[in-house]
Amino acid sequence: MPRTPQDYDDIPGTFVFDAERSRQGYGINMFCMSLMKDENRKAFKANEAEYLKKFKLTPEQTEAILKRDYNRMLELGGNIYFTAKLGATDGRSFQQLAAMMTGSTQEAYAQMMLGGGRSVEGNRSKSGRDKPAGKSKAKSQKKSRSKRG
Amino acid sequence: MARIIAGVASSHVPAIGAAIDNKKTEEPYWKRVFSGFEKSKEWMAKTKPDVAIVIYNDHASAFSVEMIPTFALGCAAEFPPADEGWGPRPVPVVKGHPELASHIAQSVILDEFDLTIVNKMEVDHGLTVPLNLLFGSPKEWPCPVIPLAVNVVMYPPPTGHRCYMLGKAIRKAVESYPQDLRVVMFGTGGMSHQISGPRAGLINSKFDKAFLDNLSRDPKKLTRIPHLEYMREAGAEGIEMVMWLIMRGALDDKVDEVYRFYTVPASNTAVGHIILENRGKASTKSKRGAAPKRKLAAARSRTQRIASKHSASC
Repeated sequence: MPRTPQDYDDIPGTFVFDAERSRQGYGINMFCMSLMKDENRKAFKANEAEYLKKFKLTPEQTEAILKRDYNRMLELGGNIYFTAKLGATDGRSFQQLAAMMTGSTQEAYAQMMLGGGRSVEGNRSKSGRDKPAGKSKAKSQKKSRSKRG
Repeated sequence: MARIIAGVASSHVPAIGAAIDNKKTEEPYWKRVFSGFEKSKEWMAKTKPDVAIVIYNDHASAFSVEMIPTFALGCAAEFPPADEGWGPRPVPVVKGHPELASHIAQSVILDEFDLTIVNKMEVDHGLTVPLNLLFGSPKEWPCPVIPLAVNVVMYPPPTGHRCYMLGKAIRKAVESYPQDLRVVMFGTGGMSHQISGPRAGLINSKFDKAFLDNLSRDPKKLTRIPHLEYMREAGAEGIEMVMWLIMRGALDDKVDEVYRFYTVPASNTAVGHIILENRGKASTKSKRGAAPKRKLAAARSRTQRIASKHSASC
Protein backbone atom coordinates (compact mmCIF):
# COMPACT_ATOMS: atom_id res chain seq x y z
CA MET A 1 0.00 0.00 0.00
CA PRO A 2 1.52 3.37 -0.92
CA ARG A 3 2.15 5.89 1.78
CA THR A 4 -0.66 8.35 2.57
CA PRO A 5 0.44 11.73 1.18
CA GLN A 6 1.09 14.39 3.85
CA ASP A 7 1.67 18.14 3.71
CA TYR A 8 5.13 17.71 5.23
CA ASP A 9 6.23 15.40 2.40
CA ASP A 10 6.87 18.71 0.62
CA ILE A 11 9.83 19.46 2.90
CA PRO A 12 12.98 18.46 0.99
CA GLY A 13 15.48 15.98 2.40
CA THR A 14 13.24 15.07 5.31
CA PHE A 15 11.53 11.84 6.36
CA VAL A 16 9.07 12.74 9.08
CA PHE A 17 8.73 9.90 11.59
CA ASP A 18 4.96 9.87 11.75
CA ALA A 19 2.45 7.31 13.00
CA GLU A 20 2.52 5.47 9.67
CA ARG A 21 6.32 5.19 9.61
CA SER A 22 6.27 4.25 13.29
CA ARG A 23 4.03 1.28 12.47
CA GLN A 24 6.04 0.32 9.41
CA GLY A 25 9.43 0.71 11.10
CA TYR A 26 8.64 -1.00 14.38
CA GLY A 27 11.10 -3.82 13.61
CA ILE A 28 13.93 -1.45 12.67
CA ASN A 29 13.51 0.60 15.83
CA MET A 30 13.19 -2.41 18.13
CA PHE A 31 16.32 -3.88 16.54
CA CYS A 32 18.17 -0.62 17.20
CA MET A 33 16.84 -0.52 20.74
CA SER A 34 18.22 -4.03 21.35
CA LEU A 35 21.70 -2.62 20.72
CA MET A 36 21.55 -0.86 24.08
CA LYS A 37 22.76 -4.16 25.56
CA ASP A 38 26.39 -5.10 25.13
CA GLU A 39 25.66 -8.83 24.65
CA ASN A 40 23.32 -7.94 21.77
CA ARG A 41 25.87 -5.64 20.18
CA LYS A 42 28.36 -8.52 20.23
CA ALA A 43 25.84 -11.00 18.79
CA PHE A 44 24.92 -8.55 16.02
CA LYS A 45 28.55 -7.86 15.15
CA ALA A 46 29.34 -11.60 15.08
CA ASN A 47 26.69 -12.33 12.44
CA GLU A 48 24.61 -9.37 11.34
CA ALA A 49 22.23 -11.10 8.93
CA GLU A 50 21.53 -13.89 11.41
CA TYR A 51 20.89 -11.46 14.27
CA LEU A 52 18.43 -9.46 12.15
CA LYS A 53 16.27 -12.56 11.67
CA LYS A 54 15.10 -12.11 15.25
CA PHE A 55 13.16 -9.00 14.21
CA LYS A 56 10.19 -8.50 11.97
CA LEU A 57 11.85 -6.78 9.05
CA THR A 58 11.04 -6.57 5.34
CA PRO A 59 13.82 -7.52 2.90
CA GLU A 60 14.21 -3.78 2.07
CA GLN A 61 14.61 -2.91 5.73
CA THR A 62 17.16 -5.69 6.27
CA GLU A 63 19.12 -4.53 3.25
CA ALA A 64 19.11 -0.90 4.43
CA ILE A 65 20.45 -1.95 7.84
CA LEU A 66 23.16 -4.21 6.42
CA LYS A 67 24.26 -1.50 3.99
CA ARG A 68 24.08 1.20 6.69
CA ASP A 69 21.88 3.22 4.37
CA TYR A 70 20.63 5.63 7.02
CA ASN A 71 18.35 7.67 4.78
CA ARG A 72 16.66 4.52 3.50
CA MET A 73 16.20 3.33 7.10
CA LEU A 74 14.41 6.59 7.88
CA GLU A 75 12.29 6.29 4.77
CA LEU A 76 11.26 2.78 5.78
CA GLY A 77 10.22 3.81 9.28
CA GLY A 78 13.41 4.06 11.28
CA ASN A 79 13.75 6.98 13.66
CA ILE A 80 17.01 8.89 14.01
CA TYR A 81 17.22 8.49 17.80
CA PHE A 82 16.99 4.73 17.29
CA THR A 83 19.19 4.40 14.20
CA ALA A 84 21.82 6.47 16.06
CA LYS A 85 22.20 3.44 18.34
CA LEU A 86 23.28 1.40 15.31
CA GLY A 87 25.69 4.22 14.49
CA ALA A 88 27.10 4.09 18.02
CA THR A 89 27.51 0.31 17.71
CA ASP A 90 29.69 0.99 14.68
CA GLY A 91 31.58 3.65 16.66
CA ARG A 92 30.07 6.54 14.72
CA SER A 93 29.15 9.82 16.37
CA PHE A 94 25.93 11.65 15.69
CA GLN A 95 27.75 14.17 13.58
CA GLN A 96 29.33 11.42 11.50
CA LEU A 97 25.87 9.99 10.84
CA ALA A 98 24.55 13.42 9.91
CA ALA A 99 27.44 13.84 7.46
CA MET A 100 26.65 10.41 5.95
CA MET A 101 22.97 11.27 5.53
CA THR A 102 23.79 14.53 3.81
CA GLY A 103 26.32 12.88 1.49
CA SER A 104 29.12 14.98 2.88
CA THR A 105 32.38 14.32 4.69
CA GLN A 106 32.40 14.83 8.42
CA GLU A 107 34.89 17.65 8.03
CA ALA A 108 32.78 19.48 5.47
CA TYR A 109 29.66 18.95 7.57
CA ALA A 110 31.35 20.24 10.74
CA GLN A 111 32.57 23.28 8.79
CA MET A 112 29.06 23.95 7.55
CA MET A 113 27.77 23.86 11.14
CA LEU A 114 30.52 26.23 12.30
CA GLY A 115 29.53 28.55 9.49
CA GLY A 116 26.01 28.79 10.87
CA GLY A 117 24.50 25.57 9.56
CA ARG A 118 22.51 24.77 6.43
CA SER A 119 20.48 27.79 5.38
CA VAL A 120 16.73 27.40 5.20
CA GLU A 121 16.73 29.50 2.05
CA GLY A 122 16.21 27.20 -0.90
CA ASN A 123 15.53 24.31 1.48
CA ARG A 124 11.92 24.92 2.48
CA SER A 125 9.92 23.21 -0.17
CA LYS A 126 10.01 20.75 -3.03
CA SER A 127 7.03 22.34 -4.73
CA GLY A 128 8.51 25.84 -4.86
CA ARG A 129 6.64 27.29 -1.91
CA ASP A 130 9.97 28.54 -0.80
CA LYS A 131 9.27 31.64 1.20
CA PRO A 132 9.22 32.35 4.89
CA ALA A 133 5.83 31.61 6.33
CA GLY A 134 3.63 34.66 6.58
CA LYS A 135 6.00 36.88 4.60
CA SER A 136 6.47 37.75 0.99
CA LYS A 137 9.62 36.68 -0.80
CA ALA A 138 12.08 38.94 0.88
CA LYS A 139 15.32 40.35 -0.37
CA SER A 140 17.08 38.37 2.32
CA GLN A 141 16.51 35.25 0.25
CA LYS A 142 18.69 36.51 -2.57
CA LYS A 143 21.27 37.82 -0.16
CA SER A 144 21.49 34.56 1.67
CA ARG A 145 21.69 32.51 -1.52
CA SER A 146 24.63 34.41 -2.79
CA LYS A 147 26.31 33.98 0.57
CA ARG A 148 25.84 30.27 0.93
CA GLY A 149 25.52 29.29 -2.70
CA MET B 1 0.33 28.05 48.71
CA ALA B 2 2.81 26.97 46.04
CA ARG B 3 3.66 29.42 43.26
CA ILE B 4 5.44 29.41 39.93
CA ILE B 5 8.01 32.18 40.16
CA ALA B 6 9.90 31.86 36.88
CA GLY B 7 10.42 29.94 33.68
CA VAL B 8 13.66 28.88 32.04
CA ALA B 9 14.01 27.67 28.47
CA SER B 10 17.13 25.90 27.30
CA SER B 11 18.35 23.59 24.58
CA HIS B 12 19.30 20.10 25.76
CA VAL B 13 21.91 19.09 23.16
CA PRO B 14 23.50 15.74 24.19
CA ALA B 15 26.97 16.91 23.10
CA ILE B 16 26.78 19.61 25.81
CA GLY B 17 26.42 16.82 28.37
CA ALA B 18 29.32 14.92 26.79
CA ALA B 19 31.47 18.08 26.92
CA ILE B 20 30.75 18.40 30.66
CA ASP B 21 31.35 14.70 31.33
CA ASN B 22 34.59 14.66 29.35
CA LYS B 23 35.81 17.94 30.88
CA LYS B 24 35.92 19.84 27.61
CA THR B 25 34.09 22.93 28.86
CA GLU B 26 37.22 25.08 28.64
CA GLU B 27 37.88 24.30 24.97
CA PRO B 28 37.10 27.38 22.84
CA TYR B 29 34.26 25.67 20.97
CA TRP B 30 32.49 24.72 24.19
CA LYS B 31 33.48 27.79 26.16
CA ARG B 32 31.41 29.83 23.71
CA VAL B 33 28.37 27.74 24.73
CA PHE B 34 29.00 27.47 28.47
CA SER B 35 29.92 31.12 28.98
CA GLY B 36 26.37 31.93 27.94
CA PHE B 37 25.08 30.15 31.02
CA GLU B 38 27.32 31.75 33.65
CA LYS B 39 24.81 34.48 34.47
CA SER B 40 22.03 31.90 34.48
CA LYS B 41 23.79 29.86 37.13
CA GLU B 42 24.18 32.98 39.25
CA TRP B 43 20.50 33.75 38.79
CA MET B 44 19.55 30.20 39.75
CA ALA B 45 21.82 30.24 42.82
CA LYS B 46 20.04 33.41 43.99
CA THR B 47 16.56 32.25 43.06
CA LYS B 48 16.85 28.93 44.94
CA PRO B 49 13.59 27.30 43.86
CA ASP B 50 12.02 24.68 46.13
CA VAL B 51 10.98 22.54 43.16
CA ALA B 52 11.73 22.47 39.42
CA ILE B 53 9.26 21.09 36.89
CA VAL B 54 11.29 20.07 33.85
CA ILE B 55 9.53 19.63 30.53
CA TYR B 56 11.69 17.59 28.20
CA ASN B 57 11.59 14.71 25.80
CA ASP B 58 12.98 11.23 26.07
CA HIS B 59 15.24 10.08 23.23
CA ALA B 60 14.63 6.33 22.99
CA SER B 61 15.93 5.84 26.53
CA ALA B 62 12.98 5.35 28.91
CA PHE B 63 10.43 4.95 26.13
CA SER B 64 11.14 2.90 23.03
CA VAL B 65 8.52 2.53 20.31
CA GLU B 66 6.63 0.07 22.51
CA MET B 67 4.92 2.93 24.32
CA ILE B 68 4.72 6.54 23.19
CA PRO B 69 2.89 8.66 25.76
CA THR B 70 2.15 12.22 24.66
CA PHE B 71 2.49 13.69 28.16
CA ALA B 72 4.10 11.56 30.89
CA LEU B 73 4.43 13.01 34.37
CA GLY B 74 7.12 11.56 36.65
CA CYS B 75 5.57 10.91 40.07
CA ALA B 76 8.38 8.73 41.44
CA ALA B 77 10.63 9.55 44.40
CA GLU B 78 13.70 9.35 42.20
CA PHE B 79 14.75 9.07 38.58
CA PRO B 80 18.15 7.49 37.81
CA PRO B 81 20.15 8.79 34.83
CA ALA B 82 19.64 6.51 31.80
CA ASP B 83 22.37 4.57 30.02
CA GLU B 84 22.27 6.10 26.55
CA GLY B 85 24.86 3.74 25.13
CA TRP B 86 27.98 5.07 26.87
CA GLY B 87 26.96 4.25 30.45
CA PRO B 88 24.72 6.54 32.54
CA ARG B 89 25.89 10.16 32.71
CA PRO B 90 27.92 10.78 35.89
CA VAL B 91 25.28 13.12 37.33
CA PRO B 92 23.34 12.79 40.60
CA VAL B 93 20.15 10.76 40.74
CA VAL B 94 17.23 13.13 40.17
CA LYS B 95 15.05 13.30 43.27
CA GLY B 96 11.36 13.78 42.57
CA HIS B 97 8.55 15.45 44.48
CA PRO B 98 5.90 12.70 44.47
CA GLU B 99 3.41 14.68 46.59
CA LEU B 100 3.31 17.73 44.35
CA ALA B 101 3.56 15.58 41.20
CA SER B 102 0.54 13.45 42.09
CA HIS B 103 -1.36 16.58 43.09
CA ILE B 104 -0.61 18.05 39.65
CA ALA B 105 -1.68 14.81 37.95
CA GLN B 106 -5.01 14.78 39.77
CA SER B 107 -5.69 18.44 39.05
CA VAL B 108 -4.76 18.53 35.36
CA ILE B 109 -6.53 15.27 34.50
CA LEU B 110 -9.74 16.74 35.92
CA ASP B 111 -8.94 19.77 33.77
CA GLU B 112 -9.12 17.40 30.77
CA PHE B 113 -5.40 16.86 30.15
CA ASP B 114 -5.09 13.08 30.11
CA LEU B 115 -1.55 12.61 31.40
CA THR B 116 0.25 9.32 31.71
CA ILE B 117 1.48 8.76 35.26
CA VAL B 118 4.98 7.32 35.45
CA ASN B 119 6.14 5.80 38.73
CA LYS B 120 9.36 4.29 37.41
CA MET B 121 11.49 6.05 34.85
CA GLU B 122 15.07 6.76 33.91
CA VAL B 123 15.89 10.21 32.61
CA ASP B 124 18.25 10.99 29.74
CA HIS B 125 20.23 14.01 28.55
CA GLY B 126 16.98 15.77 27.64
CA LEU B 127 16.47 16.39 31.36
CA THR B 128 19.96 16.28 32.84
CA VAL B 129 21.73 18.65 30.42
CA PRO B 130 19.49 21.65 31.26
CA LEU B 131 19.96 20.85 34.97
CA ASN B 132 23.75 21.06 34.48
CA LEU B 133 23.45 24.30 32.54
CA LEU B 134 21.47 25.99 35.32
CA PHE B 135 22.74 24.24 38.46
CA GLY B 136 26.27 23.33 37.38
CA SER B 137 27.66 19.96 38.44
CA PRO B 138 26.88 19.61 42.17
CA LYS B 139 27.06 16.35 44.16
CA GLU B 140 23.30 16.48 44.63
CA TRP B 141 20.79 18.52 42.63
CA PRO B 142 19.79 21.42 44.86
CA CYS B 143 16.04 20.84 44.64
CA PRO B 144 13.52 18.13 43.81
CA VAL B 145 12.61 17.82 40.12
CA ILE B 146 9.32 16.77 38.56
CA PRO B 147 9.93 15.47 35.04
CA LEU B 148 7.26 15.95 32.38
CA ALA B 149 8.19 13.94 29.30
CA VAL B 150 6.53 15.07 26.08
CA ASN B 151 6.44 13.06 22.88
CA VAL B 152 8.14 15.10 20.19
CA VAL B 153 9.86 12.10 18.62
CA MET B 154 6.91 10.57 16.76
CA TYR B 155 4.79 12.91 14.70
CA PRO B 156 2.44 14.41 15.68
CA PRO B 157 3.58 15.90 18.96
CA PRO B 158 0.93 17.85 20.87
CA THR B 159 0.15 21.21 19.25
CA GLY B 160 1.74 24.38 20.56
CA HIS B 161 -1.67 25.56 21.72
CA ARG B 162 -2.30 22.35 23.63
CA CYS B 163 1.09 22.70 25.30
CA TYR B 164 0.40 26.30 26.26
CA MET B 165 -2.95 25.36 27.78
CA LEU B 166 -1.36 22.47 29.68
CA GLY B 167 1.03 25.01 31.16
CA LYS B 168 -1.95 26.99 32.41
CA ALA B 169 -3.49 23.86 33.94
CA ILE B 170 -0.19 23.04 35.68
CA ARG B 171 -0.08 26.55 37.11
CA LYS B 172 -3.60 26.15 38.47
CA ALA B 173 -2.58 22.83 40.02
CA VAL B 174 0.55 24.28 41.60
CA GLU B 175 -1.40 27.21 43.04
CA SER B 176 -3.88 24.85 44.67
CA TYR B 177 -1.12 22.99 46.51
CA PRO B 178 -1.27 23.95 50.19
CA GLN B 179 2.44 24.00 50.99
CA ASP B 180 4.47 27.18 50.45
CA LEU B 181 6.74 26.22 47.54
CA ARG B 182 8.53 28.35 44.98
CA VAL B 183 8.50 26.52 41.67
CA VAL B 184 10.57 27.12 38.52
CA MET B 185 9.42 25.68 35.19
CA PHE B 186 11.97 24.47 32.64
CA GLY B 187 11.06 24.22 28.96
CA THR B 188 13.80 22.33 27.14
CA GLY B 189 14.83 21.30 23.62
CA GLY B 190 15.34 23.22 20.40
CA MET B 191 16.13 25.57 18.98
CA SER B 192 16.31 25.11 15.21
CA HIS B 193 17.95 21.84 14.21
CA GLN B 194 17.53 18.89 11.95
CA ILE B 195 19.59 15.80 12.61
CA SER B 196 17.94 13.39 10.18
CA GLY B 197 17.94 12.96 6.41
CA PRO B 198 19.70 14.83 3.60
CA ARG B 199 18.58 18.23 5.03
CA ALA B 200 20.39 17.58 8.33
CA GLY B 201 22.28 20.58 9.66
CA LEU B 202 19.50 23.06 9.04
CA ILE B 203 19.63 26.16 11.24
CA ASN B 204 17.31 29.16 11.10
CA SER B 205 18.50 31.88 13.43
CA LYS B 206 15.89 34.33 12.18
CA PHE B 207 13.11 31.96 13.20
CA ASP B 208 14.78 31.28 16.54
CA LYS B 209 15.23 34.94 17.43
CA ALA B 210 11.63 35.75 16.53
CA PHE B 211 10.57 32.78 18.68
CA LEU B 212 12.56 34.11 21.66
CA ASP B 213 11.08 37.60 21.18
CA ASN B 214 7.55 36.27 21.07
CA LEU B 215 8.10 33.85 23.93
CA SER B 216 8.93 36.83 26.05
CA ARG B 217 6.32 39.30 24.83
CA ASP B 218 3.60 37.68 22.74
CA PRO B 219 3.46 33.93 23.46
CA LYS B 220 -0.08 33.58 22.14
CA LYS B 221 1.28 34.28 18.67
CA LEU B 222 3.51 31.22 19.03
CA THR B 223 0.58 28.98 19.93
CA ARG B 224 -0.72 29.44 16.38
CA ILE B 225 2.41 28.08 14.64
CA PRO B 226 1.40 24.87 12.85
CA HIS B 227 3.63 21.81 13.04
CA LEU B 228 4.42 22.09 9.33
CA GLU B 229 5.92 25.52 9.89
CA TYR B 230 8.16 24.35 12.74
CA MET B 231 9.49 21.50 10.62
CA ARG B 232 9.90 23.55 7.45
CA GLU B 233 11.45 26.59 9.11
CA ALA B 234 13.28 25.19 12.14
CA GLY B 235 14.07 21.64 11.00
CA ALA B 236 12.33 18.32 11.57
CA GLU B 237 13.62 18.18 15.16
CA GLY B 238 13.07 21.91 15.74
CA ILE B 239 9.49 20.96 16.52
CA GLU B 240 10.75 20.31 20.06
CA MET B 241 10.15 24.00 20.71
CA VAL B 242 6.46 23.28 21.41
CA MET B 243 7.70 22.13 24.83
CA TRP B 244 8.78 25.67 25.66
CA LEU B 245 5.15 26.70 25.40
CA ILE B 246 4.18 24.51 28.38
CA MET B 247 6.66 26.48 30.47
CA ARG B 248 5.39 29.78 29.05
CA GLY B 249 1.73 28.87 29.59
CA ALA B 250 2.47 28.39 33.29
CA LEU B 251 3.75 31.97 33.63
CA ASP B 252 1.94 35.30 33.81
CA ASP B 253 0.84 36.84 30.51
CA LYS B 254 3.30 39.66 31.11
CA VAL B 255 6.71 38.63 32.39
CA ASP B 256 10.13 40.17 32.88
CA GLU B 257 12.83 38.86 30.60
CA VAL B 258 15.82 38.50 32.88
CA TYR B 259 18.33 37.01 30.49
CA ARG B 260 18.77 35.60 27.02
CA PHE B 261 21.51 33.75 25.18
CA TYR B 262 21.77 32.35 21.67
CA THR B 263 24.63 30.71 19.83
CA VAL B 264 25.22 28.45 16.81
CA PRO B 265 26.19 25.65 16.85
CA ALA B 266 26.46 23.08 19.57
CA SER B 267 27.12 19.99 17.49
CA ASN B 268 24.11 20.06 15.09
CA THR B 269 21.90 22.50 16.93
CA ALA B 270 21.21 26.17 17.60
CA VAL B 271 21.42 26.77 21.34
CA GLY B 272 18.78 29.09 22.75
CA HIS B 273 18.17 30.07 26.33
CA ILE B 274 15.91 32.54 28.11
CA ILE B 275 14.88 33.29 31.69
CA LEU B 276 11.48 34.82 32.36
CA GLU B 277 10.23 35.91 35.77
CA ASN B 278 6.72 36.38 37.01
CA ARG B 279 6.39 39.91 38.31
CA GLY B 280 4.86 39.05 41.65
CA LYS B 281 7.49 36.46 42.44
CA ALA B 282 9.35 38.34 45.17
CA SER B 283 6.35 38.36 47.49
CA THR B 284 5.67 34.66 47.26
CA LYS B 285 7.65 33.39 50.18
CA SER B 286 5.85 34.52 53.31
CA LYS B 287 8.94 34.68 55.48
CA ARG B 288 10.58 37.07 53.04
CA GLY B 289 7.63 39.41 53.27
CA ALA B 290 6.33 41.55 50.44
CA ALA B 291 9.01 43.59 48.74
CA PRO B 292 8.21 47.30 48.52
CA LYS B 293 7.05 48.35 45.08
CA ARG B 294 10.03 50.60 44.54
CA LYS B 295 12.43 47.72 45.16
CA LEU B 296 10.59 45.58 42.64
CA ALA B 297 10.72 48.28 40.01
CA ALA B 298 14.44 48.70 40.59
CA ALA B 299 14.98 44.97 40.27
CA ARG B 300 13.02 44.99 37.05
CA SER B 301 15.05 47.72 35.45
CA ARG B 302 18.24 45.94 36.52
CA THR B 303 17.19 42.75 34.85
CA GLN B 304 16.19 44.58 31.72
CA ARG B 305 19.63 46.11 31.55
CA ILE B 306 21.18 42.65 31.68
CA ALA B 307 18.84 41.51 28.94
CA SER B 308 19.59 44.41 26.66
CA LYS B 309 23.32 44.06 27.17
CA HIS B 310 23.07 40.50 26.05
CA SER B 311 20.78 40.99 23.16
CA ALA B 312 23.72 42.68 21.47
CA SER B 313 25.61 39.39 21.43
CA CYS B 314 22.60 37.42 20.17
